[in-house]
Amino acid sequence: MTALVIAEHDNKELKVSTQNTISAASKLDNDIHVLVAGSECNAVAEEAATCEGVTKVLYVDSKEYENFLAENVANLIKNVSNDYSSILAPATTNGKNYMPRVAALLDVAQISDISSVESEDTFQRPIYAGNCIATVQSSDAKKVITVRTTAFDAAAKGSNSAEILKLEEVNDAGISEFIREELAKSDRPELTAAEVVISGGRGMQNGDNFTLLEGIADKLGAAIGASRAAVDSGFVPNDYQVGQTGKIVAPNLYIAVGISGAIQHLAGMKDSKVIVAINKDEDAPIFQVADYGLVADLFTALPEMESKI
Amino acid sequence: MKILVPIKRVVDYNVKVRPKADESGVDLNNVKMAINPFCEIAVEEAVRLKEAGSATEIIAVTVGAENTQEQLRTALALGADRAILVETDLEVEPLGISKVLKAIVEKESPNLIIMGKQAIDGDNNQTGQMLAALMNYPQATFASELKIEGENAVVTREVDGGLQTISINLPAVVTSDLRLNEPRYASLPNIMKAKQKPLEVIKSDDLGVDLNPRISTLKVSPPPEREAGIIVESVDQLVEKLKNEAKVIS
Repeated sequence: MTALVIAEHDNKELKVSTQNTISAASKLDNDIHVLVAGSECNAVAEEAATCEGVTKVLYVDSKEYENFLAENVANLIKNVSNDYSSILAPATTNGKNYMPRVAALLDVAQISDISSVESEDTFQRPIYAGNCIATVQSSDAKKVITVRTTAFDAAAKGSNSAEILKLEEVNDAGISEFIREELAKSDRPELTAAEVVISGGRGMQNGDNFTLLEGIADKLGAAIGASRAAVDSGFVPNDYQVGQTGKIVAPNLYIAVGISGAIQHLAGMKDSKVIVAINKDEDAPIFQVADYGLVADLFTALPEMESKI
Repeated sequence: MKILVPIKRVVDYNVKVRPKADESGVDLNNVKMAINPFCEIAVEEAVRLKEAGSATEIIAVTVGAENTQEQLRTALALGADRAILVETDLEVEPLGISKVLKAIVEKESPNLIIMGKQAIDGDNNQTGQMLAALMNYPQATFASELKIEGENAVVTREVDGGLQTISINLPAVVTSDLRLNEPRYASLPNIMKAKQKPLEVIKSDDLGVDLNPRISTLKVSPPPEREAGIIVESVDQLVEKLKNEAKVIS
């Protein structure tokens, strides 16, 4: 049988999360198709066809898929789902939005946020903010799965040239409408794909002080993140949030600054390879997961660190 | 406008749970239980819509054992008008819950369903989307702002890249993200009043819904432990360690 991976993209470029998902799918099936649905996204389909392990790209180009409205995308996926034994999407905000809708349309129980594939019907997934790992077995004939992207290496790109099959699928459900988008523009790497992440918490005191992180981020080529406390306090926008319900990151180096380390924050970063914590409170729980802890006032430590790296 | 707010009883968010010693499940003995934080935000949003004159009635509903009445009483104390418990001792999966909720939606015909985006126990993030699919309603997940404009809801959603605003036809399902609002505390008089509010109990069997699980949990194990780290004395030492020991910066 064949696995279907739903591509994550912005109509211009394929997102790395798609490659992570292809890699997860390769542990289930040797035959992997990728669905690229969007508007004027021909380049994305071509990019997907070069990913290692992909045998075919289904390419659907129509205005109603431009903004990935769940109602339209879920109907499309349902319509093309017949020949597949599994359907996988990255557990991004897009994947989390449309995939359960697909699962319900197919009368299948979704397996969310898998962190490993144990066999064709058995998976591991974190529960309770990652404090437990559940091994679960699905009895549904068709598996609907979202993938924790940090748990799977990205499938290589550029080496393959899979067939691209253009489909004419019109699925405007007509019950939802895109109005606008306010997307953060940044020259820094994406939070979920960065090799180095430096995050600030409540200890940063205000949004202006995040410039202290920027100097270090520039030197290390790092993405900037934040704890929920910093986002709730309005220091930085919501897309910075790392945690159980925010973004899950697992960079080579994670630097937590002025973050106490609530369970919910740890859930989003504790799979990082090396964790550094800088906090003036020596009892902060963040030190329990840190490889290197520095008990210091961040307002003196950060400028010093910036000058020394 | 009538609003339905499905809620869930979960472990209190401050509790750090552990697997049982035999790895057969999560050890929930003697832990504090509470209304799921995202559900609390959903209740608050419904109450605010009622206070603003957009909503006329708020119904809280949950699916679970008898003791989930505690969380329904919490929702009533926060401002819901009445509550429904669909009673079952089974551990029902999101697909099953959404089928139960579909039966309740068909019975109550709400114009809007507001619920939490995910429960902090299973971390599934599925039920709202599944209910929307089964009803063929539009959905607005991860909402940080909700406005009712005539026959539509205009919802700002927290997405990976920032914020997205969509308009959905009512009836619809909206799932709450953290910043939709900050829930109030229930006042003592409201907690007392909540005890008098109607709470209807329906046996899940009477709804004729298939609640059989599709997924079985084979084991629940602890996550890999991180090795204990060290406390460095200075920024110099930290930079030295990162360069020469961890080799993560050059």
